[in-house]
Amino acid sequence: MIRFDNVTKRYDGSGDALSNLSFEIDRGEMVFLTGTSGAGKSTLLKLVALIERPTRGQVFVDGQNVGRLSKRGVPPHRRKLGIVFQDNKLLPDRSTFDNVALPLIIAGVGDREIPRRVRAALDQVGLLKKEKQPPRTLSTGEQQRVGIARAVVTRPRLLIADEPTGNLDPWLSLEIMKLFGRFNEIGVTMLIATHDLTLLDRVKGRRMQLGDGRLMTPEDDALVF
Amino acid sequence: MHVRNCTSALQELGAQPVATSLTVCVIGIALALPASLNLLVQNGRNVAGGWESVRDFSIYMAIDSKPESADTLAAELRAMNIIDSVVVTLAEDALVEFRESSGLGEVLDTLESNPLPHTLVVRPTDATSANELAELGAELTDRANIDIVKIDTQWVERLNAILDFMRRVVLIASVLLIFAVIIIVGNTIRLDIQSRRDEIEVLKLLGASDGFVRRPFLYVGLWYGVIGGVVALFLMITGGWLLAAPLERLIGLYESELSLLGLDGSTALMIIGGGVLSGWGGAWSAVSRHLAAIQPK
Repeated sequence: MIRFDNVTKRYDGSGDALSNLSFEIDRGEMVFLTGTSGAGKSTLLKLVALIERPTRGQVFVDGQNVGRLSKRGVPPHRRKLGIVFQDNKLLPDRSTFDNVALPLIIAGVGDREIPRRVRAALDQVGLLKKEKQPPRTLSTGEQQRVGIARAVVTRPRLLIADEPTGNLDPWLSLEIMKLFGRFNEIGVTMLIATHDLTLLDRVKGRRMQLGDGRLMTPEDDALVF
Repeated sequence: MHVRNCTSALQELGAQPVATSLTVCVIGIALALPASLNLLVQNGRNVAGGWESVRDFSIYMAIDSKPESADTLAAELRAMNIIDSVVVTLAEDALVEFRESSGLGEVLDTLESNPLPHTLVVRPTDATSANELAELGAELTDRANIDIVKIDTQWVERLNAILDFMRRVVLIASVLLIFAVIIIVGNTIRLDIQSRRDEIEVLKLLGASDGFVRRPFLYVGLWYGVIGGVVALFLMITGGWLLAAPLERLIGLYESELSLLGLDGSTALMIIGGGVLSGWGGAWSAVSRHLAAIQPK
């Protein structure tokens, strides 16, 4: 589903955020990307979502070399992904329903189909009853679940999440991770960046640790901790 | 999709009534100004056109010339292909007429001789140019038995020149004001884009195409143009209504049967069309410069 071939990403005026990184994530896998802040987790996700392009090397998503996509190719690529953000990025002036409907409207889904799918997604995150409320009237955990509903409403095959539990207490974090687990069970490939290692003890899935822009082997792990 | 964009753009404008009405008023004024000026100049041309055919000139013969010489001159002029008709008023007839119309009969009786000359009122054909008339006038003035040739068409030409000049002024003003509308709409949309930066970023992250992000702003620009055009029409109709009474009095004073050009359907359509084009154009200029700069980080 995702393959990195010798990928280096360098930002102007600083060192390599990722250096010579190669790995592969299979379809249907659940992968947790860990590492301290500045280790390159966000950069890796940005390369997948084409928010950034690799300086060297190739990034394949669903068999496509996304680094080669033209500017026009970026929106269709992003529509194939579900993205969950740490700060959820909900639009404050629209209702929960309208926020979740946004990817469907962007994708040009028909007006009749939209309510059905929005409610299905809200139902999956347990917020069906709050569809009319604006995001600010919801709790932080609920807002994050709205963000997840928005990410899955188009039924993407790949979902990426950047610190989805960063703003949540341990209980809510676990709840969110379990939610991700359920999506993974129905076949969605998941790539979740998190620094919350204690949480990972309680969920299953492959761990991939980044350190200083490189993948760290289990032995490196031992060195760090 | 377009219908939804179109109606939500209108709702968006309605959500900020004060800002929207100020903007559309400025657009309305900017559109109404050149349109009204144009109407004014067109009416001026109509009036001048009405006078242009009045190019009759008068020939006053020398006081001592004989009635026959007037008839001879009239016959000579009638034979020219640049002359349409000639009316001869002999001195005696003129005196009778003057006596009756002026009421100065007794004063005139004290005069030893008739002070009035024989007069010819000459009407050139429509095809006659101003130059031909001037040449004829000069030639006639030189003759011994002709006192004065009064060709007074110069002011009509001057008026026409002024109107041509005015038309150019209106054209320049129109172009400038249309630009003003484009700039006003462009700037309004630019501010709108800036205030919705976060939203645009989210839309792009969710895979919205440039067209998708652009469309709502273009429709807002379109609505500014349409509503601005309607405001312009309203201003012009109100202005016309306020000017109607004094204009009628003025025309009445000239005993003229001029009919004035008002705001007709095609002018109205042009104003709305101008509004739509400049509103859309302004929005385009703003989105093409500012939307691409907003990229999610």
